[in-house]
Amino acid sequence: MSVNQYDAIVIGAGHNGLIAGAYLARAGKKVVVLERRDVVGGAAVTEEIFKGYRFTEFSYVVSLLRPEIIRDLELPRHGLKILPLPSTVTPMDNGDYLAAWEDHDQTRREIYRHSPRDAEAADEYSRVMARAAKAIKPVIGLVPPDPSSMSPRDLMGLLKLGQYAKSLSEKELYRIAKLVTQSSADLLNEWFEFDPLKGTKSASGIIGTFLGPHSPGTAYVLLHHYMGEIDGAFRAWGFAKNGTGGVTAAIASSARALGVEIRTGASVKQVIVKGGRAAGVALENGDELHAKVVMSAADPKRSFLQFVESKHFPDEFTQQIRNFRVRGSSGKVNIALSELPDFKCLPGESPLHRGAISISPSIEYIERAYDEAKYGQFSKQPYIDMIIPSMIDRDMAPPGHHVMSCFVQYAPYDIEGGWDDAKRDAFGETVISTIERYAPNIRRAIVGKQVITPKDIERIAGITGGNIFHGELLLHQLFFLRPAPQWADFRTPLPGYYFGASGAHPGGGVMGAAGKMAADAALKDWR
Amino acid sequence: MISVAPMMLETLQLKRTPFHERTSRLCTPQNWRRWAGHIVAGSYELSLDREYWAIRDAAALIDVSPLMKYVIEGPDAARLLHRITTRDIFKLQIGQVYYTGWCDDEGKLLDDGTVARLDDQRFRMTSAEPSLRWLSMNAVGMNVTISEVTDKMAALSLQGPKSRAILNRVCKDPLDKLKYFRMTQTSIGNVSVSVSRTGYTGDLGYEIWMDADQALPVWDALMQAGDDYGIAPCGILAMDMARVEAGLFMLDVDYTSATHAWIGGQKSTPFEMGLDWAVNLDKKGYFVGRRALEKEKREGPAWKLVGLEIDWVGLERLFADVGMPPQIPGMAMRGSLPVMHNGKQVGYASTSTWSPVLKKYIALVHVQRPYYEPGTALTMEVTVEHHRRQAPATVVKLPFYEPEWKKK
Repeated sequence: MSVNQYDAIVIGAGHNGLIAGAYLARAGKKVVVLERRDVVGGAAVTEEIFKGYRFTEFSYVVSLLRPEIIRDLELPRHGLKILPLPSTVTPMDNGDYLAAWEDHDQTRREIYRHSPRDAEAADEYSRVMARAAKAIKPVIGLVPPDPSSMSPRDLMGLLKLGQYAKSLSEKELYRIAKLVTQSSADLLNEWFEFDPLKGTKSASGIIGTFLGPHSPGTAYVLLHHYMGEIDGAFRAWGFAKNGTGGVTAAIASSARALGVEIRTGASVKQVIVKGGRAAGVALENGDELHAKVVMSAADPKRSFLQFVESKHFPDEFTQQIRNFRVRGSSGKVNIALSELPDFKCLPGESPLHRGAISISPSIEYIERAYDEAKYGQFSKQPYIDMIIPSMIDRDMAPPGHHVMSCFVQYAPYDIEGGWDDAKRDAFGETVISTIERYAPNIRRAIVGKQVITPKDIERIAGITGGNIFHGELLLHQLFFLRPAPQWADFRTPLPGYYFGASGAHPGGGVMGAAGKMAADAALKDWR
Repeated sequence: MISVAPMMLETLQLKRTPFHERTSRLCTPQNWRRWAGHIVAGSYELSLDREYWAIRDAAALIDVSPLMKYVIEGPDAARLLHRITTRDIFKLQIGQVYYTGWCDDEGKLLDDGTVARLDDQRFRMTSAEPSLRWLSMNAVGMNVTISEVTDKMAALSLQGPKSRAILNRVCKDPLDKLKYFRMTQTSIGNVSVSVSRTGYTGDLGYEIWMDADQALPVWDALMQAGDDYGIAPCGILAMDMARVEAGLFMLDVDYTSATHAWIGGQKSTPFEMGLDWAVNLDKKGYFVGRRALEKEKREGPAWKLVGLEIDWVGLERLFADVGMPPQIPGMAMRGSLPVMHNGKQVGYASTSTWSPVLKKYIALVHVQRPYYEPGTALTMEVTVEHHRRQAPATVVKLPFYEPEWKKK
């Protein structure tokens, strides 16, 4: 066998690509994972942009990483540690704050301070959402059946899904139907009255979408975030040791131990097609690699419009991928700090510095931020989800110093006039001045900052459109419609070419389900 | 109304440790636990997560003052400890610490603890239960003084991968060269302390020994120096999870002292507890229990304490039967759970816990021969919605968790 002959080639060493590679190798296949960059991790990467300060550059929390993947790939043995991220605090304009703790009584007491009614509602709400998430969860682990297909596999899948739906009560079904179609604002207004509470909860419904809290479909995204909470003691919600780069480092270590070869600096030019089947890849440097199976863990646009000549796909499929919406809507600002941000509402160091800090005073605030994005501007007063990784993992910054990760929405990919350095600077400045309103010392504490626009996400992490989920979590882009109708089972119209990334079912987050299920599909077809 | 004299009132209370002034202010959940006649903090926060992860990722400061402590000195001090314990005390060097168990004449464990050689003729011993009587009984005719220093000495355990960096900030002398199970004399501020590289968590860690009336400045210095390293005051509940992961057992939880046992079946031998490595049968001369232990060594123990990993998929299935995700306690459970092989009971778990670092449900189990070999498939009882079920599990070697930096 020549050096460049493999059983399987995986394009992209993000978490999904590495997971797919590891599962293929676990089944005895000779696997290479190709990474365009010099570092593995994709959008789950930790880099030392300023000496001594380590940024969890793009993704920053772990909530949905599948327990079976953690188990099968023995990730704890390879260094995966998920540290607690126990609270969320929303600073308010009047100098007060709203906190949510891990402990039920603490949270209740805190909300009660602002609204006794909401304190009770919050209890019931979280139970209803967790139950709905539990009801919908089995669907995530399922390869989506195509409802229009008569193939035995799809019929069996539909039957299973039908049986499952039948096991739910009528009330639960209605609730789920409502949840997947409703806006998060409508849902939250049914339950709560206190603005910062509604604002903060609604924020989870818009993350990674190009929608506002009043847009229908956002309630589902909200539910998506409850998914991580129902694995009982196994729950994997928190901050990964060493940032999300720590997660991919553990997966890469496990993959290598299973015999996977990981090649960095290996940019794929094209998938080689022979006799109507994917047969390998040609790299930008002219090398050719051959394999029986090629799997893409890149985004749908790259996977189907760039790597493969369109003549190998039916026009309809190509058209659907062209229409797949990947509008990036968020940016990141990573900041190296010489001291902790001193929040007006929480002077000094507080236990709440160890959790999330959310700039989301109300639903209206976020909706207004969206309005600007709709018309091609970044929000002048954006929603910001901050964590201070160095408060959770002291290895992220030099002793006494800190790093802060700020997820910012909205920053549209298609900004009016296009992104340039001046606009990036202005965006960074907007974020700093927004934080400064709540933590006046922030500016003087800055040692260095990295501003990442959706265009930068595309350029650095290689995600077309810079959408953090490789494609928005919209109802018409989910389940059997993700990434295109009839092709949600990780196979593609080109035999031997598989697709296992966030742009496939179930999509989004450092979850890994797509990579695993794509590997399963390839192994099932193996002859 | 009965009035109680102040003196009497004090004796009616459990003892407080020398760190109480600090720990009582920090112990927000007020979940005090009893430990050898003292009260100590169960945890300092409502959730154990941060304290547990301080042990495994940063540094945890634990008040371990209730440990029984004895100073044994005199020309026959080494002889006495050699005679009582299962270790070869004549080989113990100054500045070295041994972990050891000690037995009755039938080779049944009485207690376990550490012996540190402070000087040629001076040792410090720790134990879980009072040991003055046993030490004195065995010292008949020996030139040795035994003093209990439990109340006179305060002890702190600083555990976790950042513990060395923190101690290096506050100790007069750097500890980089202090090896595993060695001890050194140094000072923190103006307080003279001895620091041993020991602990009950299976991580990098140290125990700091000082006069009780000098306790508070040491606590303050460590907390302050540890701030940049994520130090957390840590109660005994999080330590209990860590010690199970480290495969370390506890008297009265995982075994019963031969002096307290009602029946023979409640007693344990060091071999049964997996302490083969700490029974030096090649050592010179008589020691208590020697003949019984030699016999057991030849025949092999009838029981053994081993690790058990519960199969999560199997556990999930049991809970899925009633439509629930798995429910297991988020802390170490000190309750006996039957362990079976093909439906027949072959042992029991004495402590079980969720292991956050391993992401596994694990237990310390006592299993009959021949079921204690690693890889043996057994089942352990779990309660699923008030019903007793058996979850599939596998015997594994102890410890469950041993980071590479523990002995480095």
